[in-house]
Amino acid sequence: MGFDILFPSVLNGLTTGAVYALIALGLTLIYGVLHIINFAHGAALMVALYAVYVLKHQLGVDPYLALPLVVPAMFVFGYALQRLVINRASHGKDENILLVTLGISIVLENLALMIFKSDTRSIDTAYTLSTLQIGPAFIAVPKLVAFGGALLTSALLLWLVARTDLGRAIRAVARERQGAKLMGIDVEHVYAMSFGIAMACLGAAACFLLPAYYVNPQVGSGFVLIAFTIVVLGGMGSFAGALLGGLLVGVVESLCGLLLGESLGQIGIFVIFIAVLLFRPTGLFGARA
Amino acid sequence: MKADLAAIAAFVLCIGVFTAATDSGVLLNALMMALYAALLAQAWNLLGGYGGQFSFGHALFFGCGAYASAIAQMSGGVNAWLALALGVAAAALLGLAVGALTFRYGLKGSYFALVTLAFAEVFRILALSLDFTGGGVGLMLPLKPAAANLQFVSRKGFIALVAGFVVLALLATAALRHSRLGAQLQAVRDNEDAARAVGVDPLRTKLAAITLSAAVTGAAGAFYLQVFQYIDPNIVFGPGISIEALVGAIVGGLGTLWGPLLGAAVLHLLADSTRNLFGELPGLNLVIYGTVLVLIVMFMPRGLAGLLRSLSAAWKARRG
Amino acid sequence: MADTALLQLQALGISFGGLRAVHDVSLALPQGTLGALIGPNGAGKTTLFALMSGFLKPDAGRVFFAGRDITGRAPQLNARDGLARTFQVVQPFAAQTVRENIAVGAHLHLKSRRAALAAADGVAAELGLAPQLDKPAADLTVAGRKRLELARALATKPRLLLLDEVLAGLNPQEIGEMIPVVQRIAARGVTVLMIEHVMQAVMNLATTVWVLAQGQLIAHGTPAEVTSDALVIEAYLGPGAAARLAR
Repeated sequence: MGFDILFPSVLNGLTTGAVYALIALGLTLIYGVLHIINFAHGAALMVALYAVYVLKHQLGVDPYLALPLVVPAMFVFGYALQRLVINRASHGKDENILLVTLGISIVLENLALMIFKSDTRSIDTAYTLSTLQIGPAFIAVPKLVAFGGALLTSALLLWLVARTDLGRAIRAVARERQGAKLMGIDVEHVYAMSFGIAMACLGAAACFLLPAYYVNPQVGSGFVLIAFTIVVLGGMGSFAGALLGGLLVGVVESLCGLLLGESLGQIGIFVIFIAVLLFRPTGLFGARA
Repeated sequence: MKADLAAIAAFVLCIGVFTAATDSGVLLNALMMALYAALLAQAWNLLGGYGGQFSFGHALFFGCGAYASAIAQMSGGVNAWLALALGVAAAALLGLAVGALTFRYGLKGSYFALVTLAFAEVFRILALSLDFTGGGVGLMLPLKPAAANLQFVSRKGFIALVAGFVVLALLATAALRHSRLGAQLQAVRDNEDAARAVGVDPLRTKLAAITLSAAVTGAAGAFYLQVFQYIDPNIVFGPGISIEALVGAIVGGLGTLWGPLLGAAVLHLLADSTRNLFGELPGLNLVIYGTVLVLIVMFMPRGLAGLLRSLSAAWKARRG
Repeated sequence: MADTALLQLQALGISFGGLRAVHDVSLALPQGTLGALIGPNGAGKTTLFALMSGFLKPDAGRVFFAGRDITGRAPQLNARDGLARTFQVVQPFAAQTVRENIAVGAHLHLKSRRAALAAADGVAAELGLAPQLDKPAADLTVAGRKRLELARALATKPRLLLLDEVLAGLNPQEIGEMIPVVQRIAARGVTVLMIEHVMQAVMNLATTVWVLAQGQLIAHGTPAEVTSDALVIEAYLGPGAAARLAR
């Protein structure tokens, strides 16, 4: 296993990992603020991927140019979903949220199956096949764009939470919901905003992901467990954890795939997931889970 | 308890009469599938409804039962009935192992759900990659129709088999409801600390629940093998099974004796009617299941059984 | 003293983060006593109960029950040996009926469902809960839930009963009704240690009182001794209060 083989694998892992990180950031935001485990996260990503696909396939819109369309649309979708459906379902029990988000993911996945059938689809763009050479590695340009785009979006998200008024409100609600309410913060609105922002991140991730990847109704479930592994590894509610965890998981997945072959490589992720949950559930950076 | 036994006896009678009265392949098949779905829901209800632990990966035990039975028959030459028993035992053991691992480390709620999902996925991938499970091609049971081989010529034989399992599960659930284990299990479900304060060992009760639940699920898996004679990892370890088990139990009403049967029956009715209306559309079934799940959790969290109970209580109040 | 002590704590201590919640607490509760643990809010009384019953493991010190070292032992094992506790914030099995709730306690020593339900009926009658036996626990008033909590613990046939603010949230009439209940339990031979803020109860019920402030024991004696102790007064009312009161 020389450097010539490991290096490209690690680089590829990093590019995938950056997108994973963006996906995981949304998930950890939802957990940190609403304290719910959003089981529909993967299915929502799938919906965004299909949106990007349709925009390119039917309307010829380049996925990167689709950002200003898909991101706000996903935001609205998320806001509405939280405000109208998930909010009404809790009745005070965590299990109910889990079941509702599971139900939503089932509906979304199978609606996609009904509409698009189970075929795997991908798009062709001018730059799909171009690569850039870094040392001994040839990295596909879309992957590099994904890497940069994901990191940029993550930075934007972190800036939003750290520096804006909305971000301050979000942090207040995440810390102490009752106190925030007493301060006049509209908690329901903040919840829905946070959910919407997380969905918007998925929209961005989809735009960056599709050129180098593909979509079918099942991709969601694949991403769900990876996203959860990252969030649990990095610590529920920790942004730094999601970022670093995403990159780490991307690299691990790439190396496992290299050493064990595609399918068995996936097992590496699940084993990490189970191990973290059992032995260190607060994760590497996490607050109390 | 006597009331429960009487009701179960009545249920057996109804099934028996129905099965004897008709020869329609369509009706018999529908009954068989409904009973099979009920069995899955009953199994999930044991751990989820009475134990309060929501598993999102029950396919783990289903696939284990199916594959154990298939491998025993095909590679071990074991008799089908014995193989079925082995399937149940294997699933029970797996349940015990998973429970011992997860509950010992205090996993509950959402984390438990996620871990069970992860386990199911791991087994699915393993089954896809290993040789002795047939890999992606799956396993096909050789056709040898005979009651001794658990391959009944008529659907009625299979109905008798699955109805037998359903009745056993009903009896086990009824016994649980009126036993010390059941009381302790529900105490742990409702408030684990309070249960510990009065001497209940949460680990032991949860282990009992998951082992029982896994055993019944394994029976369902082995049954599936005998009926359809073909299994592959994506079917028997797939999310479809996990979802069917949990939606049936929740729609019917968690922690009740008849809830799982109610839920499974209603879901099947729904699926059949939509199939008659819209034809065979892949994904439609699950869209309906998912929607029903969301609606039930939002508006009827105690399920159909809970609804019936509220209605009967309201009626009694109006009369008395 | 050590031979007749049912419960004995030796230099018990626990810290959370940097905060010393309980520090160097030693006490011996003789069998058959009705003792009280008092102290200002946040003194660590409930934490001490959690340490005694096994819900928390101490960082230092030991807990002895009937001569046996039970330090850090799981609560359910302690319950089986006869150490029962109630919670400051009541913890009913909300979806179950009063009878079913109490039966869980009875099941500690009874295997048969019928026997446990019958025992539950008996305990409920003792505590005046008989009319509510078929009601879901969630439908009870605060006073009812406190009684239920007590009933459930009693059904386990404890030797030692740790009562955490069993009178909190009750109006004067309800308090007046509950005090004789506790008295009857103690009269039956159950050793009781109660955390209480209601001084009327402490003075009327307890024969020996410990005072906890900021995680440490600052006084021990009869109710009369303790309430006239300057340190105790200052723990509740602030420095200099004792002198002011004496003037």
